[in-house]
Amino acid sequence: MQCELDIFFLEAVLNGLLLAGLLALLALGLNLVFGVIDVVWICYAELVMVGMYGINYAYKTGAPFVVAALFGILLVAFAGLLLHQLVIRPVLESAPINQLLVTGGVLFVLQAAATLAFGIDFKTLGIRLGSLNIYDMSFAYSRIITFAVASAAMLVLWLFLSRSYIGIAIRAIAQDRQIMPLMGVDHRTIYLVTSAIGGGLAGLAAVLMVLQYDIYPQIGLQFGPLIFMICVLGGLGSMIGGFIAAFLISEFIAIGGSCFATEWGYAIAFLFFMIVIFIRPQGLFGGKA
Amino acid sequence: MLELANVDAGYGGFQALFGISMSVKPGEAVAVIGANGAGKTTLLRIISGLLPMSSGAMTMNGVPLREIPPHKVIATGIAHVPEGRRLFPRLSVENNLKIGAYIPSARAKFSERLAFIYELFPRLKERRSQLAGTLSGGEQQMCAIGRALMSGPKLLLFDEPSMGLAPVIVAQVFELVRRIRSEGYTVLIVEQNVRQVLKFADRGYLLEAGRIKTSGTAAEMLASDDIREAYMGL
Amino acid sequence: MMRLSRSALIGLAVLIALPFLIRFFFAGSERYYLHLLIQIFIWAFIYTGWSIMGRFGLTSLGHGAFTGIGAYGCVLLWNYVGLTPWFGIPIAIVAAVLVALLVGYPCFHLRITGHYFALLTLALTELVRLCIVGLRDYTGGSLGTQPKRYGDGFSLYALQFETDRVISFYIALALWLAGLVVWMWVDRSMDRYALEAASQDEEAAASVGIDVTREKLKVTAISAAMCALGGAVYGQYQMYIGPDTIAGLGVSLNIVFAVIAGGLWVMLGPTVGAVFTQVLSEVLRVTIQSTAGLQSAFGSSVLALDTLIYGLLLVLFIIYMPKGILGTILERREKKSASARAAPANAV
Repeated sequence: MQCELDIFFLEAVLNGLLLAGLLALLALGLNLVFGVIDVVWICYAELVMVGMYGINYAYKTGAPFVVAALFGILLVAFAGLLLHQLVIRPVLESAPINQLLVTGGVLFVLQAAATLAFGIDFKTLGIRLGSLNIYDMSFAYSRIITFAVASAAMLVLWLFLSRSYIGIAIRAIAQDRQIMPLMGVDHRTIYLVTSAIGGGLAGLAAVLMVLQYDIYPQIGLQFGPLIFMICVLGGLGSMIGGFIAAFLISEFIAIGGSCFATEWGYAIAFLFFMIVIFIRPQGLFGGKA
Repeated sequence: MLELANVDAGYGGFQALFGISMSVKPGEAVAVIGANGAGKTTLLRIISGLLPMSSGAMTMNGVPLREIPPHKVIATGIAHVPEGRRLFPRLSVENNLKIGAYIPSARAKFSERLAFIYELFPRLKERRSQLAGTLSGGEQQMCAIGRALMSGPKLLLFDEPSMGLAPVIVAQVFELVRRIRSEGYTVLIVEQNVRQVLKFADRGYLLEAGRIKTSGTAAEMLASDDIREAYMGL
Repeated sequence: MMRLSRSALIGLAVLIALPFLIRFFFAGSERYYLHLLIQIFIWAFIYTGWSIMGRFGLTSLGHGAFTGIGAYGCVLLWNYVGLTPWFGIPIAIVAAVLVALLVGYPCFHLRITGHYFALLTLALTELVRLCIVGLRDYTGGSLGTQPKRYGDGFSLYALQFETDRVISFYIALALWLAGLVVWMWVDRSMDRYALEAASQDEEAAASVGIDVTREKLKVTAISAAMCALGGAVYGQYQMYIGPDTIAGLGVSLNIVFAVIAGGLWVMLGPTVGAVFTQVLSEVLRVTIQSTAGLQSAFGSSVLALDTLIYGLLLVLFIIYMPKGILGTILERREKKSASARAAPANAV
């Protein structure tokens, strides 16, 4: 174990911050859907995976990266819509566990479909962006861009939710669903819009991830549980909570990973998560327990 | 303006309203009184579409309401100020008002209506950025009324506006409703505070166990011995 | 104690005679069919274990953790400490139960339910999987590991029996039957009513004196123990364990799917689920391998096709048949007999 407070430690801390941007973006989509519709998309990471494959496909068939990125975002936004309309809506009224299980089924379907369609080989876009070197620290540009884009996206979303009519309706429906018709709001529309936004955010995350990670069908299992953990830690449905939780967890991973082996960083993060939940079961900023 | 003919309604196997027939004419202020559980709130929910009726007919300015999905009722000109205010606690006052203007026809008039509401309720203007959940009872009532007004309705439904408010505030609330009425809005109020509401309304209906027991002008009802004994403790 | 119905006794007799029947009818492929049955019985045992919690609304997505602890605990103690599984398995079970109680107590005490509970258990299963992979020097990491063969692979001391399928079959059968006994025992106990009350309305249950937390911990312990035992036996039979075959989210979801498919609230539901899933896997595998066209299209991805169908079925089951195959069949029979009973009264 090599863990001194040196430049490498600082590098790890800063890398953790950069990672937090991506994780916060991922948590955001999940929290939004949960806060509004009261459903957890267990297959959320798999939606990101679909986006990654979609972007890869578009890019490899000649589209410029930005076009491929846009395609990816729209693809997953549409997937979110379909998910809600076909799978979630029929079980909205039944026990919450059914909703979890049904998205669990979709998780299997997406993973399997990806394996059958694309095989288990790792794919990559082959985009290399290099690194920024300051003092003795090295930061991949892909990570810096990820952080910047994720932050910008969150800002845009925040503006949308606080200024636009639909955005306000989305926030309102999470607070009091029953009276929404009184204001002329059709909750089905709001749910669809929310699902599309949730999917879109996953798509954006996919764009950022193809710059950093290779694509394979099981990739969802790598970060899916992590995202759930972050959301629950921050308080399911709280976007600020997701933000802060993402930061905390990223730091655990980054620092733990640099001091020990990678798995232990994650393991410590999970352990931390469980301890916090036992002290405060509704999460850091959670309302309902 | 609003016509109900022989409306039945209930929750699951339990019937709450039996053969309700009533009407509200333009410019009127109509009161519906009755004890707890008589069906007053159910009645308003039927009108605003939150609860479907099981039989009967209901029209607003000739438009049949039974076939319309709940979220389209507001477009016919009916706005409902719900029981207990039901503001969105974690939205600001202004956003609560804004969501009231959600329907397309209201969005176009948002700024001018907002200005009108702030003129009507200066306290709301002071607290425009404050979270609605932190307002006092009276202020919440103002905000709820304002939210309903933002859609530019013709008929306002008030569900127990005095509930949970101190007597001093109750008087203020009724004063507000009076003012709104003088601006030209038609008003249907469901209330437990019989004395206050009958002083202010033109006509009234007495609801008992889901049926209309009596109706008449406010003066008639105020003078009625039954009502005085049963509902005003005299 | 328990009176077995006539059909149950006949069924039991058939099962006990099964290896000999198979040897008689399917002489050449005896090992294959026995292998299939062994898988079914071991998994049915594990699924039944899960359902003891699941039927009371305690839907855990973390049971992969317990099967993993059972399997890895037993194998690692054998490989590195030379401890015979006769001790190793109980120790692993105790470990799993401790973990279950450690996690369960705060959950139940703090009334964590629904989404939060499921996600918390999901985190647990991930934590265990991460630890397994992290300890790769001992566990072989993602590649998995094997219990060291003792002698020729058939040994009472090392509890290795894979070479003799018939003995393995009876072990699996005994395990499965034991699981059913436990299920019945819980079903007939006061705990069952206490837990059903609690799953409807915890506050009301508490107010009549039910110690909700203790009741939940009891079933959790039983459930975790069963899954740990099942995981360990599975490891001893397969002679191979991996972080994704006997632990992890995939296993957790598999368990849930099978029980949902078979029927959560019925004793034999999980068993039906096991039959369903295992047979489905086999049918797919055989069909693909024997059909040239499919073989070239799917050859290496049989597992994926499996998973795809599972996923689709899970979605469809939850939406259209939440009571599972067996549960729905039983429900239909109930309705038929209820209307048959009502008819004569109506006629009068």
